[in-house]
Amino acid sequence: MDIQHFRVKLFATPGSRPHLGSAIPVFHRWIQESRVPETTIDVSNYDHVPSGPGIILVCHEAIYGLDEGKGRLGLVYNRRTALEGTVEDRLRQALGAAEAAAALLEQEPEFAGQLRFDRNSWEVVVNDRALAPNTDATWTALAPVIQKVFDSRIGAGGYSVERSRDPRDLFTATISAA
Amino acid sequence: MKTSNALWKASLQGRLPQPLAAEIDKFESEILLKQQGKMEDKVFAETRLRRGSYGQRYDNGQRHDGKESRQISFPSVHTKGPGTLWDAPGMQRIKIPYGGLNAAQLETLAELSEEYSDGIAHVTTRQDIQLHFVHIEDTPALMRRLAAVGITTREACGNTVRNVTGCPIAGVCRTEAFDVTPYAHAMTYFLLGHPDTQNFGRKFKVSFSGCAEEACALAHIHDIGAVAVVREGKRGFAFYVGGGLGTVPQQAKLMSDFVPEEELLPLAQAIGRVFARLGEKKNRNTARLKFVIQKIGLDEFKRVVAEERRTLTPDPRWTDYLKDVAAYREEPGKPAGLLQISGPADGEFDRWRQTNVYRQKQSGYATVTVTLPLGDITADQLRALAVIARRYTKETLRSTVEQNLVLRWVSERDLPALYAELKAAELALPGAGTIVDVVACPGTDTCKLGISASRGLAAELRSRLMAKGYELEEAIRGLHIKISGCFNSCGQHHVADLGFYGVSRNKNGYTVPHFQLVLGGKWEENAGAYGLAIGAVPSKRIPETVDRITSRYLAERQAAESFHAYAKRIGKAALKAMIDDLAFVPPHDSDAGYYVDWSDAREYTIGDIGIGECAGEVVTPIEFQLTACEREAFEAQLALEDGQVAQAAHLAYESMRNAALALLGWRLTPHDGTPDGIVAAFKTAFYDTEYFFDPFTGGKFAQYYFAAHEQRHQTYDAEQAHRLIEETQLFIEASHACYGRLSAQKVAA
Repeated sequence: MDIQHFRVKLFATPGSRPHLGSAIPVFHRWIQESRVPETTIDVSNYDHVPSGPGIILVCHEAIYGLDEGKGRLGLVYNRRTALEGTVEDRLRQALGAAEAAAALLEQEPEFAGQLRFDRNSWEVVVNDRALAPNTDATWTALAPVIQKVFDSRIGAGGYSVERSRDPRDLFTATISAA
Repeated sequence: MKTSNALWKASLQGRLPQPLAAEIDKFESEILLKQQGKMEDKVFAETRLRRGSYGQRYDNGQRHDGKESRQISFPSVHTKGPGTLWDAPGMQRIKIPYGGLNAAQLETLAELSEEYSDGIAHVTTRQDIQLHFVHIEDTPALMRRLAAVGITTREACGNTVRNVTGCPIAGVCRTEAFDVTPYAHAMTYFLLGHPDTQNFGRKFKVSFSGCAEEACALAHIHDIGAVAVVREGKRGFAFYVGGGLGTVPQQAKLMSDFVPEEELLPLAQAIGRVFARLGEKKNRNTARLKFVIQKIGLDEFKRVVAEERRTLTPDPRWTDYLKDVAAYREEPGKPAGLLQISGPADGEFDRWRQTNVYRQKQSGYATVTVTLPLGDITADQLRALAVIARRYTKETLRSTVEQNLVLRWVSERDLPALYAELKAAELALPGAGTIVDVVACPGTDTCKLGISASRGLAAELRSRLMAKGYELEEAIRGLHIKISGCFNSCGQHHVADLGFYGVSRNKNGYTVPHFQLVLGGKWEENAGAYGLAIGAVPSKRIPETVDRITSRYLAERQAAESFHAYAKRIGKAALKAMIDDLAFVPPHDSDAGYYVDWSDAREYTIGDIGIGECAGEVVTPIEFQLTACEREAFEAQLALEDGQVAQAAHLAYESMRNAALALLGWRLTPHDGTPDGIVAAFKTAFYDTEYFFDPFTGGKFAQYYFAAHEQRHQTYDAEQAHRLIEETQLFIEASHACYGRLSAQKVAA
């Protein structure tokens, strides 16, 4: 399976209480100052949608978001264009981009002391039902990739992986450090 | 774009309706040809528009980031239309005829919004669904997945018959003459791809309404508005033609008070042929059907249509569908039942039920409105709604022109359980159809034509009004607010109680986002009256404007007087006086917030032209002069309101001329001071040079002035004077914009 289009979400810590709208000036500033490596396009506000995408920074290659999907606040990196390399490389890229953006957001003055991300839990999604339907076959193909990437990040046996079973969902695995 | 697009083609092979599959294959080939440079930009643009693939803001690769206008460095060098870059994300419009949807379609829309867009499906004011930030190369796969569940995007945009809209409670409505659904369905598929509808100079819109009194299908704003009528036991339609909003709104005219059902499709076909033949093709600004009717008159239009009708070769499709119409009926999923209230009162449920539940004409059933803030719904919510629709109904859903979804045929007994499930999916917001249910077009969020942030304002108003919740008096709760990002009226501001459309003003040396307040519109009676703009207010003061006007209405209304009647009684002058002081914009250094639009953080600009550093500049004479022109245009409205039609037309023309004079004076352009001399000088200095041209409408607004000048000695009737005032306001707006653009260039230079 030549899987592309990983989406990674880092959840905000339980004590985080940011004003979602504060991400609007932050993301506009990221565009002005080229703070992310992608080709930035614009900022969209979905703060009015309950459990929605929140505030997003749309780029050609990806979408970043301070997201409230499924009622959980977090930072999302959603890869839109294909990447060279192995599937592991692509997953590592998405994880790295999400973590870099999370670190940037935490440092922004608009979120001072109000927004922290949990670095012990990652939601990994493959945003492509044709390449990776939410099936056992995809799980079989992808589990070794997840294992390899997280073994190298956390250490073998230092984490658990939980998978969504709803066939209507995108393939989703949540990795939690022990 | 997705690397898996080819997989969808393979996996859906043989599962799509053949005509749709062939249509999508053809489009995919055209995409390849365009990439190979074998198709002209203009031709490809129209072909993708006809498949619903629209451009989006910044698709020319230019964006002002708040400090400077910058190039967006997309990787591909290709274009997908004149000035439209290949890699720039676009909007995909998905036609939903008369809003009809089922659960599988909701699930597909959920998948597409996640995989190709930003996770949101947006319901439009024409019952379509739109996805934003879609890459052109993903569109064939997206279209195949839609086709697999019976949806086409064909003719969703472009110079075609757009989505046929219909009353979302057709068939269950207590006031309808009969269910218009099968007729809307037949019309949709009869006109889709019909050879007689392929050569229009502009779009063509059709709607079906079950009764004359309500607003559900807005018959009066359509090229064809069909309103159900039963005469002597026979079904037919009151048939309206030539309506439209946009820059020059026109109420549809009654072409026939009774068109028998068997004549519905041939009449529409004949009108299509007449429109294709007589409609303007070169100047898109005068290419809608309303201009044909204006030009030749309604009687002549009726004559040529009747003549065309006689020449048509009979088509069995005209009447084939009628044999099934009488038997057409949606079935409920569960037996009828009455609401059983047990246990303690649930205030939230009661409030929701009060605004979001409609008792159907079928005893024991209700239609439930799922309120979508700004028309937006997430993929997870779409899936949850699909489950709910299957559990409680036979998947009888519709989208609405108020940007919501409705579930029909819910057993009243199930309402508490249904409410609980909607609530779990965060879809149980109350306030459907009330003042909090603000309608807005995309505006500057994604639309290339947007001037001000209509969605940003709508979200702000919604949030403030929701916070007041049920402290709002009943009379206020029932008002409609509709917002457009520009004069094109996609937010349908003309037919709201409180309508707003985006404009800009130069204040204190900066460009400041504003909205024109439009009053006098009527949502009921299928958009029974169009409002007129009474004054521009800075965007940031619109919430105050709404508060003030609604408070005064509440305090001053007589008995059960509607807002429309109240506004008419106290008059435009008194209404304008309520908001005059709100036009004030504080200097930038004392409150920079006025210079930033809602939901944005960038200093406001129009287009990508920076305003430069001229803070502290005093108000120039031209700003005073243009403000005076607005006042004169307003006085024209007052004269019209007072029945002084000739005076209204005269004042409107005068204010146009004075706006032209203001620009000439500012640029020190010589002229002889006569009306002819002013027009000639204006034409040379601003029209021929294209300085007055708007990037999207060209010289259209200047042409209004030229036409008014030519016709200044003619006798106007009230409708013509109303139109002239509308054109005058747009000419003055364009003068403001022209001044803004040229002064910015001067500063930049």
